[in-house]
Amino acid sequence: MGHLAVLTGQLFNGISVGSILLLTALGLALSFGLMNVINMAHGEMLMVGGYVAYLTCRFVHGPAGFLLALLFSFLGAAVLGGVLEVTVIRWLYGRPLDTLLATWGVSLILQQGARSLFGAIGVDVVAPHWLSGSVAINHGVLAGLTLPYVRIFIILLTIVTFALLLLFIARTRWGLFLRAVHQDREMAQALGVNTKWVDLLVFAAGTGVAGLAGAALALIAPVTPTVGQSYVVYAFLVVIVGGLGSLLGTALAALLVGLFSSTVQMFTGVSLSDVFLLVLVIVFIQFRPRGIIFQRSRVMKEA
Amino acid sequence: MKKWLRPALDLALLAALVAAPLYLSAYHLSLLGRFLAMAILSLGLCLVWGWSGVLSLGQGVFWGLGAYVLVMHLKLVGLQPGDMPDFMLWSGLDHTPGWWTLFRHPAVALAGVLIVPTVAAAGLAWLVFNRRVGGIYFALITQALALAFATLLISEQAYTGGFNGLTDFTTVLGHYIVDPSFQRALYWITVGALAAAFLFCRWMGKTNFGKVLLAIRDGESRIRFLGYNPAGYKTIAFAIGGAFAGISGALYVLHVGVISPAMVGVMPSIEMVVAVAVGGRSSFTGVILGTLLVNFGKDWISSAMPEMWQLSIGLLFILVVTLLPKGLAGIPELGRQITERIRRRTARRGVEPEVLAITQKN
Repeated sequence: MGHLAVLTGQLFNGISVGSILLLTALGLALSFGLMNVINMAHGEMLMVGGYVAYLTCRFVHGPAGFLLALLFSFLGAAVLGGVLEVTVIRWLYGRPLDTLLATWGVSLILQQGARSLFGAIGVDVVAPHWLSGSVAINHGVLAGLTLPYVRIFIILLTIVTFALLLLFIARTRWGLFLRAVHQDREMAQALGVNTKWVDLLVFAAGTGVAGLAGAALALIAPVTPTVGQSYVVYAFLVVIVGGLGSLLGTALAALLVGLFSSTVQMFTGVSLSDVFLLVLVIVFIQFRPRGIIFQRSRVMKEA
Repeated sequence: MKKWLRPALDLALLAALVAAPLYLSAYHLSLLGRFLAMAILSLGLCLVWGWSGVLSLGQGVFWGLGAYVLVMHLKLVGLQPGDMPDFMLWSGLDHTPGWWTLFRHPAVALAGVLIVPTVAAAGLAWLVFNRRVGGIYFALITQALALAFATLLISEQAYTGGFNGLTDFTTVLGHYIVDPSFQRALYWITVGALAAAFLFCRWMGKTNFGKVLLAIRDGESRIRFLGYNPAGYKTIAFAIGGAFAGISGALYVLHVGVISPAMVGVMPSIEMVVAVAVGGRSSFTGVILGTLLVNFGKDWISSAMPEMWQLSIGLLFILVVTLLPKGLAGIPELGRQITERIRRRTARRGVEPEVLAITQKN
């Protein structure tokens, strides 16, 4: 295998890791930007999505099984997110650090719940037939490169989800409400936007997308009670690097983090790449403390 | 509360702690000793979180730095001349690295326990706060730090002992660790260090520095408009928190005899925050009591029903944060508010003045 093939393979891996990170981080960035709330139980939405996909695939066979699993993981995680918003987060607005701690408590309970239900050892979702196999390149400078269908599918799924989300925000009535609340919560409220419903909707949509990410992740790794925890820390870093101005920043940051860690891993191994990633983030905020893309504003924010 | 009541309660607590070897079994004394060591870290967190409003989810890192530095010293002094630590031999190193042998001298090691975590905490805090990044971002960065620190310790097995960590040390400054008289002395040293840390916090709370910290917590922009630089104040507070964490880790490791990555990662760091939240994040006495309560609770629950610990700590987190944000220390105030409300309600209904006076008294 040539050097170029190895490099392209790593880039491809980086993009697919970045895709899952983006799906995970979208919900975090949305709810953080809109409500100034960080949901530490967000990683567990990944886990829930994974388990829902596992259950669906066990009961529904055939080629449509996994597509149905994607739908159910989205819905399952979204409903759970909605319940979480109504029961815990709604009561803690204006106390972001406390929300962070309370949702951490939720995440511990969900993890333990999954451990009691499914056991500590992971369960596998077997990829459907139309996703097994890979694109192999046998000629030219990229000879020897193989791109698994599963990873290509994850990248496509991310692109589609991201595009749908952007369309939703830009074109629909609720998307308009979302933008209004994001710009000026009180003014939007005064003009008759029901901000409570907007918050609930956005939060549930964000956790739903995380559930989708969990189902996608289940294709390449076993679902364990702690699967979310390992991803969500990176998703937080993505939110920090991306900034709160636009989802485009989140997407760029996810890609950056995914590519960075998969490239560094080639040279140093997994554990050191964690350290370098953290160093990168700390160096990054020296230059752009408010992220890649941020909104200029004269509002003085205590955050 | 009467003015003399609080110092009196603190003194009573101190007396009960000093006299503990008289009425506790050796096992419970050893538990109490290690939890009191944790309470020093909690005091630091109280200063950092309760007073300056900076939430750290990575306090285990600074705790771990203190602990590892001391254990490196203990491993080195336990060796025959010319020998090297066993795990290094197994990992194929041919000599002990220089930054290890640095801590052979006890004075260097003790200085290291203080300096390494303090400098690490100050450096991180300055890099983040100087760019006016704070609040949630800082909490998330410290959590990533805890994750990175633990994975780094595991992966660099040749230098850190890897997943199993460092253990098997027998003597401290020529005393055997298992010796009961050393254990008792260690306990009193821990109580002494905690008392000193407590007094330091109390003193700092009275200084202008402490007042500026509170002001930063309650309105950082305003304090900036008044000409203060919050970054410097927060960095110093966080450095003190780091120093306390380092001392706490060093004492803790003497009590338990082992340090490993599992003790310093994301989960232990979060548990440190729970203890402070339960006690009442801005009350020095409260966080000490909270630490004892949560840790004894953990010991009891995880030996009786191991699978329940994670559930109960999760529930505890949610309940304390939503219902009792000031923790145990907030209960008297809560009680006052409730009686006040009852008094008002009864007053509205036109209750006799004598009855009113009685409810007021209670």
